[in-house]
Parts: sequence; C-alpha cells; structure tokens
Amino acid sequence: MAGPPPYATPLYRSWYYGFRFLCALIFLFLIAPILVIMPLSFNAEPYFTFTKGMLSLDPDAFSLRWYEDIINNQQWLHSIKNSFIVGIASTILATTLGTLAALGLSRSYLPYRAAIMGVLISPMIVPLIITAAGMYFFYSELRLTQTYTGLILAHTALGTPFVVITVTATLVGFDHSLTRAAQSLGADPVRTFFKVQMPLILPGVISGALFAFVTSFDEVVVVLFMAGFEQRTIPRQMWAGIREQISPTILAVATLLIIFSICLMTALELLRRRNERLRGLSAG
Amino acid sequence: MNDTSEPIVRFIDVQKSYDGEVLVVKNLNLDIARGEFLTMLGPSGSGKTTCLMMLAGFEPATHGEILLSGRPINNVPPYKRGIGMVFQNYALFPHMSVWENLAFPLEVRRMDKAEVKRRITRALEMVRLPEMAGRRPGQLSGGQQQRVAVARALVFDPDLVLMDEPLGALDKNLREEMQYEIKHIHESLGVSVVYVTHDQAEALTMSNRIAVFNDGIVQQLSSPDELYERPQNAFVAQFIGENNRLLGTVKEINGDSCTVEVDGSGIVQALPVNISGNGERTTLSLRPERVTINPPEGTVPNVFDGTVEELIYLGDHIRTRVNVCGHDDFIVKVPNASGHAALAEKATVKVGWATEDCRALDAS
Repeated sequence: MAGPPPYATPLYRSWYYGFRFLCALIFLFLIAPILVIMPLSFNAEPYFTFTKGMLSLDPDAFSLRWYEDIINNQQWLHSIKNSFIVGIASTILATTLGTLAALGLSRSYLPYRAAIMGVLISPMIVPLIITAAGMYFFYSELRLTQTYTGLILAHTALGTPFVVITVTATLVGFDHSLTRAAQSLGADPVRTFFKVQMPLILPGVISGALFAFVTSFDEVVVVLFMAGFEQRTIPRQMWAGIREQISPTILAVATLLIIFSICLMTALELLRRRNERLRGLSAG
Repeated sequence: MNDTSEPIVRFIDVQKSYDGEVLVVKNLNLDIARGEFLTMLGPSGSGKTTCLMMLAGFEPATHGEILLSGRPINNVPPYKRGIGMVFQNYALFPHMSVWENLAFPLEVRRMDKAEVKRRITRALEMVRLPEMAGRRPGQLSGGQQQRVAVARALVFDPDLVLMDEPLGALDKNLREEMQYEIKHIHESLGVSVVYVTHDQAEALTMSNRIAVFNDGIVQQLSSPDELYERPQNAFVAQFIGENNRLLGTVKEINGDSCTVEVDGSGIVQALPVNISGNGERTTLSLRPERVTINPPEGTVPNVFDGTVEELIYLGDHIRTRVNVCGHDDFIVKVPNASGHAALAEKATVKVGWATEDCRALDAS
C-alpha cells in the first residue's frame, strides 16, 4: 500500500488511517454474520454456539455430521431440488420476457415509455409482502397456489425487473447503426437479432439472469404464501428448520449456499469479461 | 442483366416529412445512371441523408416513388434491396473478426464455403488489408476499419453502394488518401455509388455528378467543374468554393450580358444567370482566382479602384483582401507566378474582371 503522501499533515495522516479503519469496520459489519456461520456448521454438538472444544481447536469438537445429515434427509434433498427447478425455470422465463421488454423499451418511438417501465419494475419496488399477498389471492382464483407453475410464475414476476434494468442499461450503449448494417447486408430481423444484437447485449442478459436466479433462490415470503409442502424450497425449509427442529443442519446448508453463490458469481463474472473481450470493448 | 441505359435509381416526386408538417425533402426528382458516382452535397439538415435513408429503406417516403433498376421499392424491406452501405461510424460488428464481418452478407446469401473464401480474399486484397482477416474491429485503426466497411459493402457484389459521410471521422491526410482509394475502387468495379457528404472538396474530388441540397431541394445537379464554374444560383455559388459577393440592382439585360448597378459604387458588366428583369435585386458572384490585380488597360470591362487591406502568403498564391466597392472582404488570389506584382498593405490598386466571370444570380 502506498501510504499517505510525504507532505501530509498529522491531521491528514490520522484521517488517512482512520478512514481505512472505518472502511474495514463497515466491511466486517457486512460480512461477519456469514463468517460466523461457516465454522459453526462444523460443530460436533447440536448447538448454535462455539463450544469450548471448538475455541481451543480440539479436532474432536469438529465434525461433518450436519453435512451428512443433509444427504440423509429427504426433506432437505427435496427442497434443494425444488429450489433449482423453480429457480432455473423462472430465470429462463424472466430472462426471455425481460430481454424482449427491454428491446421494446429501447425503441425511440415507443409512447408512454416511462409508464410501461414503471409497471414492469414495480415488483421490485412494491413491498414484497404486499406482492405476495396479492399474488396469493389472485393465484388462488386461478387454482395456481400450491403448484410448481404458480410458484415459477410468481418468481418470474419478481425476477423480470432485474433483467429489464440490466438489459436496458446495456442497450443504452448499443449502436443502432449495427442493426441497420446487418439489414443492409441482407439479414432479416430475426437473423439480425440472433447474430448481431443478442451477442452484444449478452453481458446484460447474463447479469439480469443471475439476479433473477438469486431472487428466486433466496426468496421466502412469496414461497410462504404460495408453496405447499410439496413445493418447499431451501429458504422455506430453513425457515421451517429454525421454527420446528433447531438443528445445525441449517448452518451446513447455509455454508453450502454461500460457496455455491461465490462460485456462481465468479463463473459469471469470468464469462462476462470473456464476452466483453470478444466484443473488443476492453483491451487484453 | 438489366438494360444499361436505364437509370439504376429513380426518385419520382419524392417527399419526406417526419412530423407530418415540415417537409424535409420537397419533391425530389433524380435519376442516377448505372455506374455513376453521384454525391449528395449539402449543409446539415438539407435533406441529403434522409434521401439516402429512403433509398436504403430505413425511412419510408411520405409521398412519391423510388425505383431501383426500374422496380418500385417502396414496399421492399431494406434486407431485400441488395444495396451495399457504408456508415458514418463504420458499423462493423465488434464481436466478429474482419473475416466474419465480410462473411456475414455471404452466409446470409447461403454461398458455399469456397465461394465465400474466394470473395473475402478478393475483397481484402482490394482494400489492401489481406493480413488483417483475423483481427477484430477494435484492434484496427480508423482508416483500416473504414476500408473493412467498404470491403463489406462490396463483397456481395451489389449494383449500388450507398455511403453516408464515410470519411467524416478520419483525419485530413487519411481522408484524402481514402477519397482516392474509394474513387479507384469505383472506377475498377463499375459499381454505382451514391455518396453523402457536407465536405465540398470531397464531393469535387470523387464525383461524376453532384447534387447540391439545401432546404429539401436539389439546388443544382451537375458535374464538379460545371458546379464550380457555372453555379446556377446564389446558394450554390456561396456553398461551393470561395466566392466574392456584390449586391446590386439589374439595369439592363441584353443577351449574354447585363449591366448591374452595384450598391453605391457604379456599373458592372455581368453574365445574367437566373435573373429575369430590370430593376431586380441581384447577387454578383466572382471567384477570387478570376479577379486580376492591375489588369492591362482595355483587357477587361470591369475595373475598380481598391485598397489592399491584408496579404496572406500561402506559397502557391497570395491571398489578398481588398477593399472594393464598399466591401472590405473582397478576396483576390494572386498566383505566385514569376514576375507577379509585389503588393504592399494599404497600397491603392486596380482590380478588374471579365464579364463572363461575374455571374448575376438571385439576390437571396
């Protein structure tokens, strides 16, 4: 680290280090709950606290029993499967719908653009509990509560705004003469979309899809209203786990989820960078 | 193949309005011959780019008909017109290599691999970039990108290529080099080119014919030399090249000459171009290189006294600003020929010009 410049006054110096200390505290505040969970998930005892053995780093105080518990527990395995089914299906739907909406919204001649945008992103702004309650009553009329279809559609509605926003942002920098060029070269609108527009807005689409997936993956409020026992997702199972049978299995699941999230983020960021490099937008 | 005497493009009574009120293009009638290099020249907002976009199919004509090789194309979408186009900002696909960019129009047309390869190789050689096939547009200089854009617009052998201010983003030297290059490509391929620019030097260098646009109307359509030497109205005279303007009133028209009383400074013999009657206001247009300093006695009919205000040495000629007939912005280009008159600022000189070099145009 460079340190303060040589002309720094004592006051400037104390601010320089004080500021960095403050930043570190904020960072710790954000990440501490996550950091605490990870070692606790290896607890040999069925408690949510650090035992004396753990604090003295006694190997016998640590175990993988809660991880084994996940594998042996049908409910957990079922909820993990559900989370992926609902997450992936609603991500595909949200990404398709959101991308199409963003393309339409980028047309300069579209009337009432601000109003349409407002409606599309309202699920992100309206308090979730209100959306969930509204969906519950609406979907029960259509007999979609306690079905996979209903839950997937509900999560699609929640995930679409993220896709709309990220793809719209990507389209702001999109050079529309490229679509004209493609057409002048003989490509019809469909080919133009898949060969020219889509590859160029892909980073925005990927980011949007990621947000949509994560939204579905960690969503519990709508699931509480909409899902039956059959549709329990991971967050719903954790909710039940805390309320019904207090077991550190939850901590093991949480740790796995954190690792999964980090892998997902890293993979997508690498993919996005690779795509940008291919587009020739950034050097090297 | 089509009849070669038939125009490749015909605009028939074409009008265009974006808002339903203001006509951006007013009643355009224009025939473009096969193999011709036609430039649409004009200030921004004159309607030239709109005409190009209507021809390309990106803007519908509000009224009138556009024919391509005799066929009406108003209802043909841009991707079925088969017209090559070079855009102002090149519009190369940034996610494709140069090779893939050139292959794009060929693959759309489902050509077989060998033919695609042959054509791309030929096109890259034409623009002298055969070793750049694997690069991406972002790795090329502006001039190279422009060459690739030209190659891409020509690689599928269109009969007609449109160019929308393609050299606008290049620096001066490169722009001139590219002008000659595009001109040579046009000559060797025999393709028809419609070129839009606001740069008159570019238009004069490259074109067979130039259509000067202003206010949605073609002001004059003629060859570069014709346009420069015989402008048909005051706008064209002012827009093309440098021009001295003297305002006056027509006294008498008689055949190939007319007498004009220049405001407050006497009678000038001029060539009537688009004036109709006595008493009409007129703009006299004079090219700076057609004015002589201290002409020999009796050689030219128009001789006036002037004062040298400023001398700018430009090597091949000396740009001389003279106060004549109450105008202190009268420019004379004195060629740096052997034995030319040595002038000094504030010197009193005579300036003179011939009747046919002084064109009496409309007053606007």
